[in-house]
Amino acid sequence: MEGKDIEKRTPIPERPVGERVKDFEEVSLGYSKEEAIKEAKRCLGCSRPLCVEGCPVGVEIPAFIERIKEGDFKGALLKIKEKNLLPSICGRVCPSEYQCESKCVLGRLGAPISIGALERAASDYGGEAEEESNGPPKPKRVAVIGSGPAGLTCAAELARDGVEVFVFEALHQLGGVLRYGIPSFRLPRAVIDRQIQRLKDMGVRMEGNVLVGRTIPFSDLRTKEGFDAVFIATGAGLPQLLGIKGENLEGVYSANEFLTRVNLMRADLFPQYGTPIKRGKRVAVIGGGNVAMDSARVALRLGADEVYIAYRRTEEEMPARRVEIEHAKEEGIRFLYLLSPLEIRGNEEKELICRKMRLSDELDESGRRKVFPTEETISLLVDVVVVAIGQRPNPLIPSLEPRLARGREGEILVDEEMRTSLEGVWAGGDIASGAATVILAMGMAKKAAQSIKKYLGISSRR
Amino acid sequence: MGKIIRKEPLAEGVVLLEIEAERVARSAQVGQFVVLMPYETSERIPISLHNWDRNKGTIEIVFQVVGRTTSELASLEVGEEPYALLGPLGKPLEIKRYGLVVCIGGGLGIPPIYNIARGLREAGNEVISIIGARTASLLILQDRTKSVSDRFLVCTDDGSYGEKGFVTGVLSRLLKSERIDLVIAIGPVPMMEAVANLTRPFGIKTIVSLNPLMLDATGMCGVCRVKVGGETKFACVDGPKFDAHQVDFADLKRRLAMYKEEERRALEEWKARI
Repeated sequence: MEGKDIEKRTPIPERPVGERVKDFEEVSLGYSKEEAIKEAKRCLGCSRPLCVEGCPVGVEIPAFIERIKEGDFKGALLKIKEKNLLPSICGRVCPSEYQCESKCVLGRLGAPISIGALERAASDYGGEAEEESNGPPKPKRVAVIGSGPAGLTCAAELARDGVEVFVFEALHQLGGVLRYGIPSFRLPRAVIDRQIQRLKDMGVRMEGNVLVGRTIPFSDLRTKEGFDAVFIATGAGLPQLLGIKGENLEGVYSANEFLTRVNLMRADLFPQYGTPIKRGKRVAVIGGGNVAMDSARVALRLGADEVYIAYRRTEEEMPARRVEIEHAKEEGIRFLYLLSPLEIRGNEEKELICRKMRLSDELDESGRRKVFPTEETISLLVDVVVVAIGQRPNPLIPSLEPRLARGREGEILVDEEMRTSLEGVWAGGDIASGAATVILAMGMAKKAAQSIKKYLGISSRR
Repeated sequence: MGKIIRKEPLAEGVVLLEIEAERVARSAQVGQFVVLMPYETSERIPISLHNWDRNKGTIEIVFQVVGRTTSELASLEVGEEPYALLGPLGKPLEIKRYGLVVCIGGGLGIPPIYNIARGLREAGNEVISIIGARTASLLILQDRTKSVSDRFLVCTDDGSYGEKGFVTGVLSRLLKSERIDLVIAIGPVPMMEAVANLTRPFGIKTIVSLNPLMLDATGMCGVCRVKVGGETKFACVDGPKFDAHQVDFADLKRRLAMYKEEERRALEEWKARI
C-alpha cells in the first residue's frame, strides 16, 4: 500500500448542509461497502493493538477490521457482538476519537483509522447476525430498571446466557436517553427500534409505563416479584439549572425538556402531534457538551434563524465530540466562548445577559484551565434559551430506598463489580457514575452482568 | 392493563373514567396522580387520582374537557385503552393524626380532595370538607365527599346551591370559630393562593397540590419547576403538594400560561380532524 493512503482517512459521506438542516434525517451517511473496505485496508493489524485498550468494552478491533478488509461484514459484526451488543448505536454515537481512535498508531502518521464508522458499516451491512443463545433458559430472573444503554446492555448480556430478564421503563417508549435525548439526525429511530426488537427476539421481556419505586415498590422486586437480582440503570435524568434570575421565564428550557419534546414527543410535528414547543427565531444554548450541540442543531431544524452556543470556556475545553462541533459549525451555529449567564430579562423577547470570562494558566482538578469572571458583560437578544449544563443522577429510587448508599452527587455507590450496598442489587451507567457516555455506561453494564451471573451461579460464555 | 371499564359524565364537560390498572391501584397512595396519553400523538398529561380499588385492580380519574388532550381522552369509550398510563406518581400525602383538618376542593379539586379527606379521616382526624364550584351543576361528587367528612360545607359562586360565595368565605368563618390544625386546598390557582393568604396570619399549616405543566413527570425534564421557599422544586417528584405559604404563585401562573396559543392551535387541529 502507498504510504500516502495510510496517512489519509477515507472521508465519511454526509448529507449536504443546505439539505440536512431542513429535516431530522441522519446527517452522516456512513461508508459504502467499498469505502469501508478501503478504510479497513489502512489498518496495520498491530499485534499489540492499543485501540482495544481504548475501548471501554474491549471490542477486538483489528479482528473485526480484518474481516471488513475481506468484505465479510457479517463476520465483522459477529466479532464486534462478542463484546458489544449495540454496535449500530455505538458506531453512531461513541466518542471514538477520545477512545479507540485516540490510541491508533496511525494517528501518529496521519489520521487514525475511522473505527467508529467501520463499526457502523459492520452493523449496516452485516445483516441480522444471529445471536447464539447459551442453551435453554436458566431458572433465574433478573429485573433491569431503565431501558437506556446500560439497561439494554446488561439485559442482552444476561439474556444470551439464558437468564430470564425483565426490563422496566418509565416512559411509554423504550430506549431511555437514546430515545429522548439523542436526536434522530444522529441516531435514527429505526436503529433504536431494530436494536430493541433484537433484544426482544433474544427473549428479553420489556415493559414501558412502569416507574419502579412508584408503580412497583423497589423493595418488592426482590421479594414479592421474585427477582433473583436487580440492576438499576435509571440514568442521569435530573437536569441541572443555572439558578439565575429569569430562569423560569417562558421559553427557557432545560435541554432535557427541549430534546424530549422533539425526540420523544415529536413537537417538530406539532400540531399533528399534541406536544408544543417554542420555535425560537433566535436561540441561545448554554453549555459545551454533546447535549448542547444536539439542542442547538434541533433548534435550527425547528426553524431558528440564529442559534448561539454560549460556553464558559473555549473550544479547546469543550467536552462535545469534535465531529458534532464541526457539524454544528457547518450548519451555521454560532459559537460564543468565555461567557457565563448572569440573568435572563424580558418575556417573549429576552435579553440573556452573560458575564465575560477569562482563562488562566492554572489548571483545575479536571486538568482544564481555570476560568475567572471579568467585570465585562454582554447581552444577547433571543426568544428561546436552552440550558445544557449537565444532569445529575435520577433521584427517585435512591430517595425511596435509604439503604442504598449514595455519593455526593446523589449517584448510587458501587464497588468494582458494580454491586451496590444492597444484597442482590447492582447499578450501572449514569446513575452510578454521573453523566457520561453511552459506551461508558455499557462498559459498566457488562461488568455488572458478569458479576450478576457469578452471583446467580451461571457460567458465562465469555 | 389500561382498559376503560366505566365512563360516567359527572357534569357538563366533566368525565369520570374507571380504568383497569392493577399495579397502579395496588401502589396508589393518598394524594398521588397519574400521567395519561390518550393516543400515540397526544401530549402526556397529569391527572389526580380520585379513587382506587385494590381488589378490583382499578383506578378512577375525573377530568374536565378543556383542550386537545382532554378532548381526546373523553373520546375514548368503555372497552378502549389509552395509549399510555403511568402511575402512581408524586409524593403521597403524609397520613397521620393532625387533629382538626379542613379539606377544600374547588371545582376539579374536588375529586382529589375526596381521597385525601378519606385517608385523613381513617387516620383518626376530624375532617371538615368545604367544596365549591361556580354553579350547582359543577358541584361534583358531593355524596362521596360528604361520606368521608365529619362536617361538610358547600358553596357556589352564584348561590345556585349551598352557600353563595367562595370557599374562602366559608374558610374565614371557620378560622374564627375553630382551632384548625391543617388545611389542604386543591383547585384553581387563584383559589389556592387566596386560601394561603387567609391561613398565613393564623400560622396554620396549609398544603396545596400544584398543577404545573408536566412532560415525563418522573423528574427528568424540569418543566414542572416551581419556586417554593425561594428554592426550585420539581412538582412531579418533590410534590405535587407543597407548603402553601412558601409557594410562589405568580411564578406558577406565568408558567401555566406558557402554551396558551399552542393549546388553542392543537385543539383546532383535533377538531378539524374528527
